[in-house]
Amino acid sequence: MSAPAIFDLSGRVAAVTGGNGGIGLGIARGFAEAGAAVAILARDENKNREALGELRALGVRALALKLDVTDRAALAPALAEVERALGPVDILVNNAGIARTVGVARGEIGDWDHVIETNLNAAFLLARLAARAMIPRRRGKIINIGSEYSLFGNPIAHSYSASKGALIQLTRSMAVELAPHNIQVNAIVPGWIESDMTAPMKSRPFYQEVLRRTPAGRLGTPAECAGAAIFLASAAADFVTGATLIVDGGYSIK
Amino acid sequence: MDSGSPTSNLFDLTGRVAIVTGGNRGLGRAIALALAGAGASVAILARDEEKSRETLAMLHQRGARAISLKTDLSNRPQTSASFETVERELGPVDILVNNAGFAILKGVLDQTDEDWDAVIETNLTAAFRLSRMAARSMAARGRGGKIVNVSSIAGNFGTPVFPSYAVSKGGMQQLTRCLALELAPHNIQVNSLLPGWFTTDMTDWIRNWPEYSEALKEMIQRTPRGRFGEPDELAGAVVFLASRASDHMTGADLVIDGGFSVR
Repeated sequence: MSAPAIFDLSGRVAAVTGGNGGIGLGIARGFAEAGAAVAILARDENKNREALGELRALGVRALALKLDVTDRAALAPALAEVERALGPVDILVNNAGIARTVGVARGEIGDWDHVIETNLNAAFLLARLAARAMIPRRRGKIINIGSEYSLFGNPIAHSYSASKGALIQLTRSMAVELAPHNIQVNAIVPGWIESDMTAPMKSRPFYQEVLRRTPAGRLGTPAECAGAAIFLASAAADFVTGATLIVDGGYSIK
Repeated sequence: MDSGSPTSNLFDLTGRVAIVTGGNRGLGRAIALALAGAGASVAILARDEEKSRETLAMLHQRGARAISLKTDLSNRPQTSASFETVERELGPVDILVNNAGFAILKGVLDQTDEDWDAVIETNLTAAFRLSRMAARSMAARGRGGKIVNVSSIAGNFGTPVFPSYAVSKGGMQQLTRCLALELAPHNIQVNSLLPGWFTTDMTDWIRNWPEYSEALKEMIQRTPRGRFGEPDELAGAVVFLASRASDHMTGADLVIDGGFSVR
């Protein structure tokens, strides 16, 4: 017996910001394996090319667009381009995110603004664009990628933590507002996942602390975030909205 | 979907053996059918034999290997014996869904000791005991496993209407977290599923009793989706939590409530 068709994403179009590496690419690959056409919206053109090759090798229609999500004027044209190339966006994943590791006392407003713009404002602006297009079609899925620091305080990245906490509240508010239009909005909180963002921590004592606190005793892989994203993007989660799925090997409950 | 694609493998349960307590009606029946639909063999542990027969026929109709065992989950020796029968007849258990539960609609002022004990025994203690049996079996085999505790959004909120139920469900979520931490080294994932308001016999009172018509109105108004969930809508969530797709997820709550909790 094959797996339930309820998770099938054939005929769906997904856009993943920051989809050229780490968690974003893990999700993009998962969507492609589930049959969706996938657009990657990200800055680094070399990584875009590589990721696009991987997606096409999975036999789906795919697109990679160079996009800096802090460039507000570029957001609408990017989504329009996705729609032109692949069709209307059914699934938006707000995954692009950055962190500035500087304490509050030495924090500059410029750093703060840049993190909030990338992680939070861009997610709001893209979700608004996507939702406007989804409403007349009476269907859509928006998935926001939070962080362990949506839930916990962070001693070196207060702006990152603030942006990710706010993203959960944005998720809940949009879920309530968009429910009548059959648009589901949910968040995934990944734990410590192997990626460019977490690579630098491995040289710090904090890494051992994370391993000790994680019941699995290791970081997760980007591929391990895909299952939750496919579930939330599919018909299987049509009555799930405003929820936060924590995919962290148990880190947050210890 | 092509059954050979990696994604279908991700959610595929072929060859797995699942137990669903209270799997003969309501959400439990939907869960049993969903697991069978993904390829699992399913054992139903439940009291009402007529309901069990109906559900078993539905499972067999879908080509699933399935059995049902008449089990009163408040009867500890009988529950243990049923678990052993499942392993003998279907094989070692890979997936345990602790779903059986009931509520007594009496506030604390009217609740008797017997009411309280009965609810805690069936909803919480039976889940603990079956989880212990399943975990011992799974750990001994070293192939990992999945335990899904069907809690409720009532596990996160207070209620003046069914306090012992809410307490049992809150306890279940803590059981989930404790088991998740203890069993992680054995590659056993334990998660809670928190359904909101669904159209089952258990919600008959709010949907159909005239004295609760105001409560019904409030409940619908508060639910962003504007309606009850249908039992079938739980299928995807339970297959996700029972499958490889959720291997890095443990100790977590999956709320499926049409947005009720976030309003």
